[in-house]
Order: sequence, then C-alpha cells, then structure tokens
Amino acid sequence: MYETNYHRPKTVADAAALLAKSDEAKLLAGGQTLIPTMKQRLAAPSDVIDLRHIDDLKGITETGGGGVRIGAAVTHAEVAGSETVRRLIPALASLAGEIGDPHVRHMGTIGGSIANNDPAADYPGALVGLNATVTTNKRELSADDFFTGLFETALEPDEIVTAVTFPAPEKAAYAKYPNPASRYSMTGVFAAKLADGSVRVAVTGAGEDGVFRVAEMEQALSSNWSPDAVAGVKVSSGDMLSDIHGSADYRANLVTVMAKRAVAAAG
Amino acid sequence: MATVTITVNGKKRSATVEDRTLLVSFLRENAGLTGTHVGCDTSQCGACVVHVDGKAVKACTMLAAQADGSEVVTIEGLAQSGELHPVQAAFHEHHGLQCGFCTPGMIMAATDMINRYGAKLDEATIRRELDGNICRCTGYHNIVKAIKAAADAMAGTAQAAE
Repeated sequence: MYETNYHRPKTVADAAALLAKSDEAKLLAGGQTLIPTMKQRLAAPSDVIDLRHIDDLKGITETGGGGVRIGAAVTHAEVAGSETVRRLIPALASLAGEIGDPHVRHMGTIGGSIANNDPAADYPGALVGLNATVTTNKRELSADDFFTGLFETALEPDEIVTAVTFPAPEKAAYAKYPNPASRYSMTGVFAAKLADGSVRVAVTGAGEDGVFRVAEMEQALSSNWSPDAVAGVKVSSGDMLSDIHGSADYRANLVTVMAKRAVAAAG
Repeated sequence: MATVTITVNGKKRSATVEDRTLLVSFLRENAGLTGTHVGCDTSQCGACVVHVDGKAVKACTMLAAQADGSEVVTIEGLAQSGELHPVQAAFHEHHGLQCGFCTPGMIMAATDMINRYGAKLDEATIRRELDGNICRCTGYHNIVKAIKAAADAMAGTAQAAE
C-alpha cells in the first residue's frame, strides 16, 4: 500500500471539507473494497476520510410512510439483524445477510457499497428494485438516476451519501447466484411489487454497466405475478459481463432463472 | 504518522505508526502478538480474524488508525488464568485442526458466531457462518464439530449459572 493520510471527521460537513481539499482524497466507509484495492496498489489516495465515526450517518429508522431509512454508515450485519428492516422489508434484510461473509458484513456499509457501485454488488439490486431514494449532503436522487454505469454513480466529486430510504413493498424477494469463492453476485434478481401496485425487476451481477431493469419482465408480472410469467422472457447476452466465472450467455440465462426464483420466493 | 492507542486483550497499547499500517501489522509487529495470522492478505481466508469492539473482523482489511480507541481481542486474549477458552478446548478435544495455520481465525470466528447465536447454533448455520474462513487442509468437518460442541458446552454453562 502506498502512503496515505488518515482522517476521522465527526460531521458530514467536516468530511466534505476534507474531501474538497484534495483531488486525491477518498472516503473510507467500511473499507472492505477500498483497503484491498489500496493494498493491491490499484488505488493510491493521498488521504482517506473515515466515515465510521459520524453520528448522522448511523441508525435505521421507520419513516412516516411505512418505509425504512438507513444511514450510509450502517453495516450489512446491522441491516440483516435489524428488527425494523426484517418486519417491513424482509427481502432487504436477507439480501444484506448474504453479502460477503460475517466478518465483511461487520465492516461493510450500505453507503460504501452503493457509492462504489461494483457491478457484482447486491445492494444496487435492492435500491433499484424497491425504487429507493439516495440522500446525499447536497440532494436526493432516485436509485434509477443514482447508478450510472460500471463503478459509476451520479455522485459529484465532493458529494457524500448520507442515507438510503426504502419504501416498504407489498412483496419482494432477492434471488442470488453467488460466486462460490467471493460470494459476489454472478447474477442477482430483485423482484418487487410496490405498495402502489407497480412492479420492478432489477438485475445485478450480470450487466456490463451494472444494475439494470428488465421492462419485459415487469410488464409480464404486472398482469400475472407468477414465476411462469417471467419463464419465457430472455434477456440479450449482448450487454452481459463475461469472465472466467461465467460467459455472457450463461449470465443471460441466469437472469431468467433467478427472476423465476425471486418471484416464487416473494410469493 | 499517527499515534494509535488500542486496548488489546484488556491492555492499552500505543504506538506511532504510518497511517497505512494495517491492524494485523500493528498487532503482530507493534504489540508482538503473532497469533493473528496473515494468510491470503486479500480479505478472503480469515486467518487474521480478531474481534474489534466485540465483532469479528478481518485485521488485514482494517487500518490500525481505524481501530484507534477500540477494544480488540485476539486469540491470545481468550484463555483465562492458564485455562483454555471453551472453544479452544473443543478444537483440542475434536481435533479441529491439521496444520493449525487457520486455527486462530477459525476460533475467533467461532466465538463470534457463538456470541450471536448461542445454543441455537446448528451445523448448517456453522457451515454458512464459516464462509469467510478458509482451511487449506480442508479439515472443516472437525472444525464444525468442535464449534457445535463448544456452543453446546457454553450454553450448558450459561444454564448452570442461572
């Protein structure tokens, strides 16, 4: 790892000020991606700004409309174990409980995961699948607008995710085919029927540009919420990731398989 | 450079280290506690698992500076007054190790999962909870047996104390 300077701000404003001071500074949330990346010398931030000690980024609260607001520095283990999340959005709690391994879940955070936007991460599927809202120190963004491509988000260079708000769906489930070594998603499908009756199907782990929705599956499920409704819907392999773990064709097929499983699990 | 103070196994340890120093390096090189191992060094194998503020984490994937002010427990902190911790005793009894390299991380992961699940810990849960710990000798079977026995023994002790 190259040399760096560690900072531990107490407020979001202090973190933003530190971030603005240097072009080469990086925010350090749980560090479960950033630190391995720095160790491999694939990242060499001049400064790392630790967000784990900012009280405003912590906590899980039930919102007025029956949804859940999760602070950006809340860990995967906290989401998985939260009574509030398990009661209102059990699919989200179980998704968080399947990220990485127990030790990673004790450190990794929702804000860090979505700001990194790894195409094989799980949370982008939940955010897009549930039509969540991302709050930053500057504005609010819909999940659809937040994720813009491979490791790319709409975040400005000095913008910090502060929370994510999820509406409670009528029903939802996440079906993931994990890479057996890394536990990253080879393909994960989050299928949800929202409280207003609209249907969303979000796919993570498979697409070259990260998370995406499958309009044809959403339409099919709107009129008939059953695994059979998506069984015949195939996605094109043209935009799929292809690597040693699975070809584009394999992942395209997994999208349909995982969509069926997600719909069946949601009941 | 950063002055880092970490309470390790109940004892305060201070050192001035580079900001990029990993927690596992601090433990091994500054605190002299070499029971915490570096296996893969890529956050996968779990040989470096320690408890930070009561939670199992990978010490190779955390800066020492991040742990400044925290309480850390390592494998050296489990045995009390010369008596093995119940999880250590169970690994001994059930031969939960072959070469022993992964053992410190396995035991720290095991104590963490027993803390969270208690007597409810079953074999399937143990195997799932060991996702982040790799045994290169592939001796998982006895490791799982040892963890189950320790969970049962610790639940029994807890019941007897009530």
